[in-house]
Amino acid sequence: MRGFITFAVFLAGWWAVTQFCPVPPYMLPTPQSVAAALIAQRNFLFDNTLVTLAEILLGLFFGTLLGALAALTMAVLPPVQRWLMPVLVLSQAIPVFALAPLLVLWFGFGMTSKIIMTILVIFFPVTASLADGLRLTEPGWLDMAAAMNASRFSTLWHIRLPAALPSFASGLRVATALAPIGAIIGEWVGASSGLGYVMINANARIQTDVMFAALFVLCMMAVLLFTIFDRILRNLIYWAPDSRRGVS
Amino acid sequence: MSPCPSLHIQNLALHYGGQIIFENLNLTIQSGQLVALLGPSGVGKTSLLRIIAGLEVPFAGQVTASDNIPLGGRIAYMAQQDLLLPWASVIDNVMLGAKLRRMRPNPDRAMNLLERVGLATRAKSLPVELSGGMRQRVAIARTLYEERPIVLMDEPFSALDAITRTKIQDLAAELLAGCTTLLITHDPMEACRISHHLVVLTGAPARLGPPVEVPGLPPRAPDNLLVLQTQAELLRMLAQ
Repeated sequence: MRGFITFAVFLAGWWAVTQFCPVPPYMLPTPQSVAAALIAQRNFLFDNTLVTLAEILLGLFFGTLLGALAALTMAVLPPVQRWLMPVLVLSQAIPVFALAPLLVLWFGFGMTSKIIMTILVIFFPVTASLADGLRLTEPGWLDMAAAMNASRFSTLWHIRLPAALPSFASGLRVATALAPIGAIIGEWVGASSGLGYVMINANARIQTDVMFAALFVLCMMAVLLFTIFDRILRNLIYWAPDSRRGVS
Repeated sequence: MSPCPSLHIQNLALHYGGQIIFENLNLTIQSGQLVALLGPSGVGKTSLLRIIAGLEVPFAGQVTASDNIPLGGRIAYMAQQDLLLPWASVIDNVMLGAKLRRMRPNPDRAMNLLERVGLATRAKSLPVELSGGMRQRVAIARTLYEERPIVLMDEPFSALDAITRTKIQDLAAELLAGCTTLLITHDPMEACRISHHLVVLTGAPARLGPPVEVPGLPPRAPDNLLVLQTQAELLRMLAQ
């Protein structure tokens, strides 16, 4: 409900600016013309949305898989942590977006370069959150496991990993919010489909209404994706304290 | 349960950061008895318990059992917090040890233990749904599930309110009867009520005082005059 009110206020403000300020329509189209473009181009937008969505989901899937593997390896083999962590931090110092042209050059105009871009964007938050969670296990639990003669693997599987899941979930939420950026940047640099491609094309042809329509679809998709993931994560990690559920 | 061995602590020493925490510490816990160890905070009680549990290495000295079988795998450890896993149900928490050792859990025995601590109806609940006292009772059931002849307890009831604490002390004394038990506490009343005898660890470096005997068998009633007398004596001793 609050979302709708915010949206309505935003639309009204937008409409007022187009109505009462001397802004040409190619700079800022009216909400009506964007809505018209949205309806007129709905099939075109829908097809391209599916492409971007597929890139985001595949990027999220492989990025989460690789990040979780990296974090688990670091937890099991401390020497790997000492070697890998500086590399990971360093990789964050390079703007991933600067790599986009290179990725397109290496992996082509298809989906692969965008998926890899998305993986690169989310890899660090995923890895760091799970690695942190695995590192910060309640010491009492580890003592208890030791007194119960648990093997290192058992302790990791039955105690450290479940205990790290709330922290991992925070990383996944950040990843879900970041993933669309990776896919869109990849599409801007070079693609033959996807919402990013639609936006850059419409921009070049000064079809600002189409560009806004694509942007609108992208925003809706990102918000929906985050909401769904957040809901799933909260249900999966049912034991985590959550003020919104009234359990602490 | 197999007959419990006595526990012998001989010439134990612990240094920490160049500081002597304790030295030449000797203590024997007779088979099947509960000994309470009292002392002010920071005196090294928890370190002593961790050494016996094999979680910490002493500077010198040794801890042995009277049957000369190594202690590894024969000690159950109950800490200050209940340490229940929040994602596991009550019964899964009780059977955690079996799961960690990759052995087949025995739900019948776990249910039986939960019945003895009065929580059979809550077997499927999550720890977050239980009160502090209930959680500590689950922790007792988990400790008993391990079937270890030697039990170490580190202020397990300190976070509970007075009435719940008294009830759980009685329950623990009853259920742990027959185990060789060392209980750390800073509550003189608790020590007087549920231990066979008690010792006091004070000073820096810390020393063990002579064993204090409370007449009668535990658990003793809280209004027992001898308990109250010993408690007053202990308070004086600890305040010095």
